[in-house]
Amino acid sequence: MIAEARNPIIRWEWVVEQWDQIWEAIIEHLTLTVLAMLLGIVVSAVLAAIALRFRWTMTPITATTSLIYTLPSVALFALLAPVFGNLALATAVIPLAGYTLLILVTNTVAGFQAVPRSVRDAADGMGLTPTRRVLSVELPLAMPYIMTGVRIATVSTVGLVTVAAIIGQGGLGRLIFNGLSRAFWTPMTVGAGLSIILALTLDAILLGIAALATPWTRRKAAT
Amino acid sequence: MGDLSLDIEQGSIVALLGPSGCGKTTTLRMINRLIEPTAGTIEIDGVDVTTMPAQDLRRGIGYVIQQVGLFPHRSIATNIATVPKMLKWDKQRTADRVLELTELVGLDAEMLDRYPDELSGGQQQRVGVARALAADPPVLLMDEPFGAVDPIVRGRLQDELLDLQTKVRKTIVLVTHDVDEALRVADRIALLNVGGVLEQFDVPDEIMRSPANEFVEQFVGEDRGLRRLGLNLVSSLPHHRGPVVSIDAPPDEGLEAAEQEGVAWVGVLDGGSFVGWAAVDELRTHGTLRAVPRTQPAAQVTPDSTLRAAMEQIMVSNTSVAVIDDGGSFGGVVTLEDIRAALASPARSNGIR
Repeated sequence: MIAEARNPIIRWEWVVEQWDQIWEAIIEHLTLTVLAMLLGIVVSAVLAAIALRFRWTMTPITATTSLIYTLPSVALFALLAPVFGNLALATAVIPLAGYTLLILVTNTVAGFQAVPRSVRDAADGMGLTPTRRVLSVELPLAMPYIMTGVRIATVSTVGLVTVAAIIGQGGLGRLIFNGLSRAFWTPMTVGAGLSIILALTLDAILLGIAALATPWTRRKAAT
Repeated sequence: MGDLSLDIEQGSIVALLGPSGCGKTTTLRMINRLIEPTAGTIEIDGVDVTTMPAQDLRRGIGYVIQQVGLFPHRSIATNIATVPKMLKWDKQRTADRVLELTELVGLDAEMLDRYPDELSGGQQQRVGVARALAADPPVLLMDEPFGAVDPIVRGRLQDELLDLQTKVRKTIVLVTHDVDEALRVADRIALLNVGGVLEQFDVPDEIMRSPANEFVEQFVGEDRGLRRLGLNLVSSLPHHRGPVVSIDAPPDEGLEAAEQEGVAWVGVLDGGSFVGWAAVDELRTHGTLRAVPRTQPAAQVTPDSTLRAAMEQIMVSNTSVAVIDDGGSFGGVVTLEDIRAALASPARSNGIR
């Protein structure tokens, strides 16, 4: 190990000294994650709606989102940089959102498909309008699936944001790159560690929101 | 679907009965336009169902399905209040109605805050019925409503439906493939064949007594004679007074009555009530009827008993006659011969077996 006294895994004085910069990185990381997720949710909702409405579009939509998912992130960031400019938010957010689509669309579609046929039939039979049926019956019932998708996508986005550091963004990723370039452990440890903590925190928050939003699923587990 | 024309009487239960693929569910779903008829008309109370928006139509028709289809994310109370809420009833009225229905279908009010998954299958089906009745629709459509529960619960739910019907008097169209269910709950049965062909539309006993054709005969089964026992009541039999005499009559009158019926005993009446059987031999040796030893009747039925119950009574008590107890007074007798005669239909007497 090269982690001798001068270059330990973490040097707390540095953390204290650089706290402003670290805090800024956390906020940027969070901003990129939230924006990417919001964009991803909006786009995936549209795609899922199309896939559910027109069954034949399911295969091409899945194929396309899978393809996006397989693209190397470094390449994608580099590709978009000349289009929007290095520091433009869109350069980072668009690819990040793109990576969420496969998970979000798949889960959303699965959630709606899991709504029992009998429930839909009863809703129609009682005279709910299609819009009302979707919003007040199917959407809540699909929610556990959708929220699972959102949680997985969020955790993976937090990780991916670090890669955006290659275009000068990337929040905590910049700390990691900074440390790497100087063979200095502390920023890397702080960047990676905080990134993990951020992912876990967001996951816990989303888990809490999901539980609050779907009280009937908890009660079932209790009986 | 082929041509189908049914006239359903208001306040009655009609069962659409038939094998799978006979279009019974399709027929039902055309009534509330979950399936749009491509030709022909369906009228409720003289109004063509296609003349109003489908949603409005459906809010005015109760709909119960086999899988119940309760909303899993809503409490029982909210489930029941679905249609009232859409009709914008005020809160108090809705709450009162929910409570009323809970009682009507035999649910515990403490279940109202639970979620559907916390209830048993039978309880869920009761909620389904309550939900369908919420806005007091005149018409109730039931698609195999008791198909998903075990036979014991099914029997109980069927009884409850009949009991409910005496209180609410809805026009009910019920889809089933179960002959026994149709016989038990329906006022009239429409027997459909594959392709929506109406084979027979009649009261249950008539379908059992004289099936319109081979299909009906096969569908209702071999033992339809026995099944009719459960469909007919003692009160439907021609009145048979039997060999009875008043306790104050001279013994000779008893001997005469016994001789007329060709039996060795007479029934003794005291003030309109049956007080027991007296053997002919004993009549000869006693001066008055009052002095003759009597045996209490072993088999007793009421006018509301089914013929099946009467037969059961007669069989287990090892006699050939049951006494009809009409609210404390003597209502005549039922013999095995009476039952046989009632079930024997002219159409079959020289035909089968």
